[in-house]
Amino acid sequence: MEKFSKIKSVAAPLPLINIDTDMIIPKQFLKTIKRSGLGKNLFDEMRYDEYGQELENFVLNKKAYRNANILVAGDNFGCGSSREHAPWALVDFGIKVVISTSFADIFFNNCFKNGILPIQLEKDKRDTLMLDAEKGSNAILTVDLFDQEITRPDGSIIQFEVDSFRKHCLLNGLDDIELTMKKINKINDFEQTYFTKMPWL
Amino acid sequence: MSGKKTLYDKIWDEHLISEEPDGTSLIYVDRHLVHEVTSPQAFEGLRLAGRKVRAPEKTIAVPDHNVPTTMDRTDGIKNEESRIQVEALDKNAKEFEIIYYPVNDIRQGIVHIIGPELGWTLPGMTIVCGDSHTATHGAFGSLAHGIGTSEVEHVLATQTLIQKKSKNMKVEVFGKLGNGVTAKDVTLTIIGETGTAGGTGHVIEYMGSVIENLSVEGRMTVCNMAIEGGARAGLIAPDQKTFDYLKGRPHVPKGSNWEMALRSWKELFSDEGAFFDKSIHINGGKIAPVVTWGTSPEDVLPINSIVPHPGDFDQQKSLAVKRSLDYMGLNPGQKLEDVEINTVFIGSCTNGRTEDLREVARIMEGRKVKDGLRAMVVPGSGLVREQAEEEGIAQRLQEAGFEWRLAGCSMCLAMNPDQLSPKERCAATSNRNFEGRQGRGGRTHLMSPAMAAAAAVTGYLTDVRNLM
Repeated sequence: MEKFSKIKSVAAPLPLINIDTDMIIPKQFLKTIKRSGLGKNLFDEMRYDEYGQELENFVLNKKAYRNANILVAGDNFGCGSSREHAPWALVDFGIKVVISTSFADIFFNNCFKNGILPIQLEKDKRDTLMLDAEKGSNAILTVDLFDQEITRPDGSIIQFEVDSFRKHCLLNGLDDIELTMKKINKINDFEQTYFTKMPWL
Repeated sequence: MSGKKTLYDKIWDEHLISEEPDGTSLIYVDRHLVHEVTSPQAFEGLRLAGRKVRAPEKTIAVPDHNVPTTMDRTDGIKNEESRIQVEALDKNAKEFEIIYYPVNDIRQGIVHIIGPELGWTLPGMTIVCGDSHTATHGAFGSLAHGIGTSEVEHVLATQTLIQKKSKNMKVEVFGKLGNGVTAKDVTLTIIGETGTAGGTGHVIEYMGSVIENLSVEGRMTVCNMAIEGGARAGLIAPDQKTFDYLKGRPHVPKGSNWEMALRSWKELFSDEGAFFDKSIHINGGKIAPVVTWGTSPEDVLPINSIVPHPGDFDQQKSLAVKRSLDYMGLNPGQKLEDVEINTVFIGSCTNGRTEDLREVARIMEGRKVKDGLRAMVVPGSGLVREQAEEEGIAQRLQEAGFEWRLAGCSMCLAMNPDQLSPKERCAATSNRNFEGRQGRGGRTHLMSPAMAAAAAVTGYLTDVRNLM
């Protein structure tokens, strides 16, 4: 996984609540057997009409936000299906940071496995950033994972929380399987005791 | 903390391999269920890294999301992308030597239907699958939840999962359900209470007399939709009904192993006085047959209600409601019972079991699907289909005007040819009414099998109690 570095970008505002993973990447794009190439279908049904033409009102079709690396979203982002195609589509489009008040658990986990930082903030702070985001190309946010800080266009700073293990993995681009493989002896020991106790398993 | 544990605490502790100071833990996985949509990238990852599946005998795969449900599927899948995905699973299952039920096997079906049906799902287990409705298996008192594809690869390679422990949430449904009220109404009503994010960060344990009185199938319907309330997992303590359901199924332990397992399963309950971070209590006697009106499962109301007004909600939700009503083609103040439907879909991992089909057949007794409606029944598995045929249900439903399909996820998520057209309105027994879920522009109303049958008869959203 690529190391997560400081992100400096315009932020796209998406104030809708309960944005589900079906909206992020509709099922017809789940038929791929690859991880790449999903960015063009990110938010497909909100982004294009039935003939595949861009809908000009959708935020990511507006000139200011076409290259956004940050998304500021309504509550409960990423609910519904567990499809990792959702973060794959986000990252393929170029989104590296999603800011909301809350995230669905599975989506939240999936983000970290793909180099995306989901930032959970209190409502008033998210709302402030939403207002910033709505200012378009003038509003550049900087997200610094190491210091856990978001710098607003006016230079003021909003702190955020992140789990220490996940931060470490993101900053260093670490692969979970590699890390777990280092504990293989512990897994072996566990299995030995476990199957002695529960031989029917 | 006291030594009193919740059911979730007990299962967690039993599977904990190691824990870091910040709470990041390594958890052992007893069963890994796999389907064709969320696994190809994981197997590819193994291949690239030269890794094997650590426990192929604990890994069970079945194609379900993409498979056509028409009889001609034996000739091969026509949609090229779907065919490639299913063929990839065929190939991966063979190469990595995991347990596999291919499309033409009678045991093929929706992964969450066949797990319990074949006895792969047992109390006290940890069960994962690259599918959010894995919560279904919680009905047996197993800790079961959806994972992403990277985690699928992690489990394939290590038989473990990196997790942080969730909080405990109790949902008690007390009292007694009224006539015509089913497990689906219970689970939708709970989501209506808690909202779709109410369970986020929690594992829900469902309890109370209503839950105890549900059949094991009904409990699966309740747990299946835990994810729609935001909880990764829903649990129900196993009891005699659970044990009776399990006994004799193909992969359930036998002989002295059964006795030993049973002793251990009887310890699977929350201790009296165990701590829950959050509790809600619902009077089952007040639950009515419900339908969804919007594009989030929390948009649910008793059938005799009217469509709400966006102004009835707070500002954020109000925007979403306005968008939902536009999408659904509904007007505030309109009676739900006046909403005309085009299509009826009976099936899915929520309501595709034999008991659900029996319920539909019971309501359809002496009745017909209204002229002009498209109505289909998609059994959850080949074995469900076979059972329904043996019981004569299949024939009765076909005579009533339903199409009788082969097993798969079908129109629940419309990855196969079973899809809604724009503005086509569907009474569905599935689990998600999201925009575009059943086909671009399609309009989904979620409800119980009995309510969907009632809608099939009248052509409108209908209170099934009027037909009982």
